[in-house]
Amino acid sequence: MSEWRGISVFIEQDNGELERASLEILTRASELGKKFNEEVLGILLGHELDNLIREVSRYGADKLVVVEHPDLRHYNSDAYTETMAYIINKYRPRYLLLPATRNSRDLAGRLAVKFRTCLSAHVIMVDIDEKDRKLVTAVPGFGGNIVATVVCTNGKPEMATVSPGTYEARPSDKEAVVIKESVPEDIIKSRRIELIEKKVSPMPDLSRAEKVVVAGLGTGGDLELVKEFANLIGAAVGVTRPLADMGIVPRDYQIGTTGVSLRAKTVFVFGASGAPHFIYGIRDCGTIVAVNTDREAPIFENCDYCIVADLFDILKALIKELRGEVHA
Amino acid sequence: MLKNIIVTMKVTPKPEEIRFDPVTKTVDRSKATNEINPADKNALELALQLKERYGGKVILLSMGPPFWDQFLKMGIAMGADDAVLISDRALGGSDAFVTSKVLAAAIKKIGDYSLIITGEESEDGSTGQVPPGIAEWLGLPVVTYVSQVVDVAGDSIIVRRTIKGGYEVVKVKMPAVLSVELGVNTPRFPDFERLQWAQSEFKLTVWGIKDLGLTENEVGFKGSLTAVTELRELRPRERMRQFIEGSPEEIAKELVKRLGLK
Ligand SMILES: Cc1cc2nc3c(=O)[nH]c(=O)nc-3n(C[C@H](O)[C@H](O)[C@H](O)COP(=O)(O)OP(=O)(O)OC[C@H]3O[C@@H](n4cnc5c(N)ncnc54)[C@H](O)[C@@H]3O)c2cc1C
Repeated sequence: MSEWRGISVFIEQDNGELERASLEILTRASELGKKFNEEVLGILLGHELDNLIREVSRYGADKLVVVEHPDLRHYNSDAYTETMAYIINKYRPRYLLLPATRNSRDLAGRLAVKFRTCLSAHVIMVDIDEKDRKLVTAVPGFGGNIVATVVCTNGKPEMATVSPGTYEARPSDKEAVVIKESVPEDIIKSRRIELIEKKVSPMPDLSRAEKVVVAGLGTGGDLELVKEFANLIGAAVGVTRPLADMGIVPRDYQIGTTGVSLRAKTVFVFGASGAPHFIYGIRDCGTIVAVNTDREAPIFENCDYCIVADLFDILKALIKELRGEVHA
Repeated sequence: MLKNIIVTMKVTPKPEEIRFDPVTKTVDRSKATNEINPADKNALELALQLKERYGGKVILLSMGPPFWDQFLKMGIAMGADDAVLISDRALGGSDAFVTSKVLAAAIKKIGDYSLIITGEESEDGSTGQVPPGIAEWLGLPVVTYVSQVVDVAGDSIIVRRTIKGGYEVVKVKMPAVLSVELGVNTPRFPDFERLQWAQSEFKLTVWGIKDLGLTENEVGFKGSLTAVTELRELRPRERMRQFIEGSPEEIAKELVKRLGLK
């Protein structure tokens, strides 16, 4: 058997929709590839992927391995795991990086056991050790308060899922060589899971928004004024976990460890207490304004402007102030 | 009619009460309140609802120190039928790879199962790797991030799963592993009388690794494939923390000015 070589990146797509975090990871992999002289391999599964192939091949991979099959159009845990296992056995990459999204975490968890190999979860840093070339990652735990440096001690490929937004996606002038692979039919057909229905709507990419207005449980789920204010200042709207739990908005709008991490320049937080799981999602933001009736709320330890007041009063006044300026 | 429904359960310290000692570089959990991992409560609630509709026996399964028995008894008081605790000194330092292996071995030993139901992830480690790991060890299919059970039809179960921007409905052959999304239901309160019974009379099963046919080398630090080399605190960066006082109108004016919102 040949040696395990190269850095591979799982390029996630679902029904033709590319997961942008894959490109971020690919960009990081190409930096590491240059530094350690390792070939970078993108692995893309799906169906009718021409447009995606063109886009993905500009992000620094040396090779882009593509498997196209009608049954791979939608993510299927069984079909994807078996197909990936086949490709890994064929190409034997030393490292395998995947986005830390629902589908890729599902896939990674199965592959790690299948290959009896190490897996670091939702890492916020990925590197290779200069001396022994082991995969080194930073893994946040305990609500994001504590970060562990985790190394792979055994198994190949050395795996990690990387949190979306950790690295920046940058196109490169290198273009990947596209290799179309086909896998034996029975690998894809032996699945035990069937898709019956799927409903998705396009989501704003909150991690890239410049301004975000966050509604906490203090709003009671009434987002009317929050949305009006957000509109006026050209901001996106996000929520804390309880509002997503209540089903008021889809989970994709949730900020925090189990949601999105923001990079915004300006963030307004209305009626959130400031739990560590939430604060984690706004840690890298510019200016943070918080409005809360409770002077002791922990959010006030983690913001720049603290306003002790009823959030609806402040929202009404802000809207009036902004409208007033327009008509003046 | 369902057979055994095995619910995995972990006990986690509340994250806001964890302290980090910068000198010894260790995590101090001793002052933190322990609780049943929130997502595991949602998993148990889903399992109990399934039992009410389709029968079966709900069995809790946990891997942890002996004092976790009190939390398993809370689960019994919520309505679970039985509980198994895997407790062994050799298990200290187990990563997700080992944890999924040990839980899978215990699930095999319990046997006769239709479903393994887990929380989507734990509050402390939150890797989310254990559910798909268990599935792979057992050669079972897995559906992660389940928000709802639609129906049980013959040897299959139909569930709704959260995905980016929405949901999908999938049909999966049982036995299967389901991981349940945090917050998808309201876990019931423990029944007071049942709790008293659980605390005085109920005997939970405790197994060590030998009972599972595992050796010391396969578990704990030795069996793990990842190692933590350093811990540090990720302090959110220092913020200005400036209070702005006044009437709502004055505050609004001030904010608009300072942030250049016009
Ligand atoms: C495993 C796990 C993962 C989690 N992940 C996340 C995550 O990703 N994101 C997340 O947000 N949470 C997450 N949580 C939940 C988190 O721990 C908190 O429970 C949650 O963030 C609290 O949301 P909140 O601040 O909106 O609500 P609360 O804590 O209830 O706070 C509401 C606040 O509103 C204030 N208020 C009430 N009325 C008004 C008013 N009229 N005007 C002004 N202020 C008012 C109150 O004083 C209070 O401070 C997670 C929890 C677990 C267990």
